[in-house]
Amino acid sequence: MEKILEVNDLHVSFLTYGGEVKAVRGVSFDLHKGETLAIVGESGCGKSVTASSLMKLIPTPPGKISQGSIKFKDRELVNLSDKQMRKIRGVDISMIFQDPMTALNPTLTIGTQLTEGLKQHRNISNKEAKIKALEMLDLVGIPYPEERLKQYPHQFSGGMRQRIVIAIALICEPDLLIADEPTTALDVTIQAQILELFERIQQETNVAIILITHDLGVVAKVADRIAVMYAGKIIESGTKHELFYEPLHPYTQGLLNSIPRLDKKGEKLEPIDGTPPDLFSPPQGCPFTARCPHAMVACEKVYPPRYQASEEHYGECWLYDERVKKYQSS
Amino acid sequence: MLKYTIKRFLLMIMTIWIIATLTFVLMNAIPGSPFNEERTSNEAVQANLEAHFNLDQSPLVQYAGYLKSIATFDYGPSIKKPNDSVNDLLSRGFPISAELGIISVTVALLSGVVLGVIAALRHNGIIDYLAMTIAVLGISIPNFVLATLLIQQLSVNAGVLPVATWSSPMHMILPTIALATGPMAIIARLTRSSMLEVLTQDYIKMARAKGLSPMTIIVKHALKNALMPVVTIMGTILAGVLTGTFVIEKIFAIPGMGQYFVESINQRDYPVIMGTTVFYSAFLVVILFIVDITYGFLDPRVKIHKEEGN
Repeated sequence: MEKILEVNDLHVSFLTYGGEVKAVRGVSFDLHKGETLAIVGESGCGKSVTASSLMKLIPTPPGKISQGSIKFKDRELVNLSDKQMRKIRGVDISMIFQDPMTALNPTLTIGTQLTEGLKQHRNISNKEAKIKALEMLDLVGIPYPEERLKQYPHQFSGGMRQRIVIAIALICEPDLLIADEPTTALDVTIQAQILELFERIQQETNVAIILITHDLGVVAKVADRIAVMYAGKIIESGTKHELFYEPLHPYTQGLLNSIPRLDKKGEKLEPIDGTPPDLFSPPQGCPFTARCPHAMVACEKVYPPRYQASEEHYGECWLYDERVKKYQSS
Repeated sequence: MLKYTIKRFLLMIMTIWIIATLTFVLMNAIPGSPFNEERTSNEAVQANLEAHFNLDQSPLVQYAGYLKSIATFDYGPSIKKPNDSVNDLLSRGFPISAELGIISVTVALLSGVVLGVIAALRHNGIIDYLAMTIAVLGISIPNFVLATLLIQQLSVNAGVLPVATWSSPMHMILPTIALATGPMAIIARLTRSSMLEVLTQDYIKMARAKGLSPMTIIVKHALKNALMPVVTIMGTILAGVLTGTFVIEKIFAIPGMGQYFVESINQRDYPVIMGTTVFYSAFLVVILFIVDITYGFLDPRVKIHKEEGN
């Protein structure tokens, strides 16, 4: 399949009074047309910053992409100006935000918010824009779209608003949709509906989706591939099946163990002890060392090399290094 | 909305009645009468005059008379200027005061909002600090001090602008600056802080993610939300400008309503006090009503709430 996004060694940092926060420290991944990549990790691991950087939406200053490349359809985005980025935002790459209660402007009608992006980027009449807007509301499953266009965000429920946010993101038919925790703020029943909507939209439009989440249940439902982030790095990546059934990294294993399971009754949940490292001064070795049950001296000193388990699946951990294996067996 | 308007209208009449009553009580509480200063030692003459203006009757009868004149918009002649009725004074002075007030408020609003928005966009930059320094100065310097400084520097020393009166656009510049600077400073500070808050909202990030231009985002998405607190404070600011006109009119010798108001109190010119007070309060109450209606246009949530509330 056609590769549409290629991120290579992306570094993003924020300059604060306290010093430089290295939020993203060398992230690489790629994405094909019609594919869903889930970026998973706990709060503060840099997954949202990665997502915002792809559209260059991080506030600059204090934030900046200090190194690396983002290639979207063979075009380098890192050195584009804001003006050039504006022609890509909303048209080629769209974004969905976490909280639908705050993502819509309370003082503008849904119709205005739906069509303004379309009018900005395409040379079309108000009437055509309206027809397209009605089509989109229909696609995301909002009844009575004609009347709904004239209403304001406060007249919609949370789930309905997220559907509208999705409609806004898709109205210019982008190739890539970045969804930053799109279901976190919603009820569980609504979550399921929104996830089904994602699947249906992907089948109909063949849009590639980057799903940022910390909810492994969501990942299991919609993702094709998963990247696990920790302290600004992707420490493991693979297909959904590989990652859920043969996790390599102790952190991924810990994440999976900390999910409540219906099939094992009475067992205690196993949380991962400790907290992620301070990104003002990230450790030079593996950032998970302090919390890792298998930590060795090497982990603390040197960042582990990549271990490629299959074509798609890799983990960055010393446990899989030949030298360590040899040492352990002797 | 109609129900709300009617309710507000009745409340407005109540407010004006209360103000008129308080003015009447205060007026009678101050010792002295319109004829005290005059050298009319002749008691018979004074008694005659008082009888002519109903001042020899009981306060209750006088009060009834005042209410009647308010209701009919006919305050009778001025005691001190027998050739003018109170309505004459109002129709002569008000257009000039209104001109000064409207120009000042417009200048204050436009420059305040622009200054505030620029400061917010250049948050913690040099322009921000500069704008906020101007704003703090504007709030701290009373308009009469600023007025005298302006007259001294620009009119007397530099000779660029006329010293006083209200006869051409050139004459209007100094009084307008003197009157508008304070409100402008308040509006600028408020717009800045409110704008800074709005700019961090998700819907602004969403607007950026749509690929809209910075100008569209600021004007269409941010400003409309950021202006809510500014609209709230406009009522207070208009009241401030209204009282400010008294002082400014005095300094620049502008023949507006302010001078009649101040003069009438000094001279105990009862009909003029009554007329100007009721006129000013009615004016202010109407403005506050308009401010309230404006909310509904800026924020659709307000309108709904009121309809449900009534």
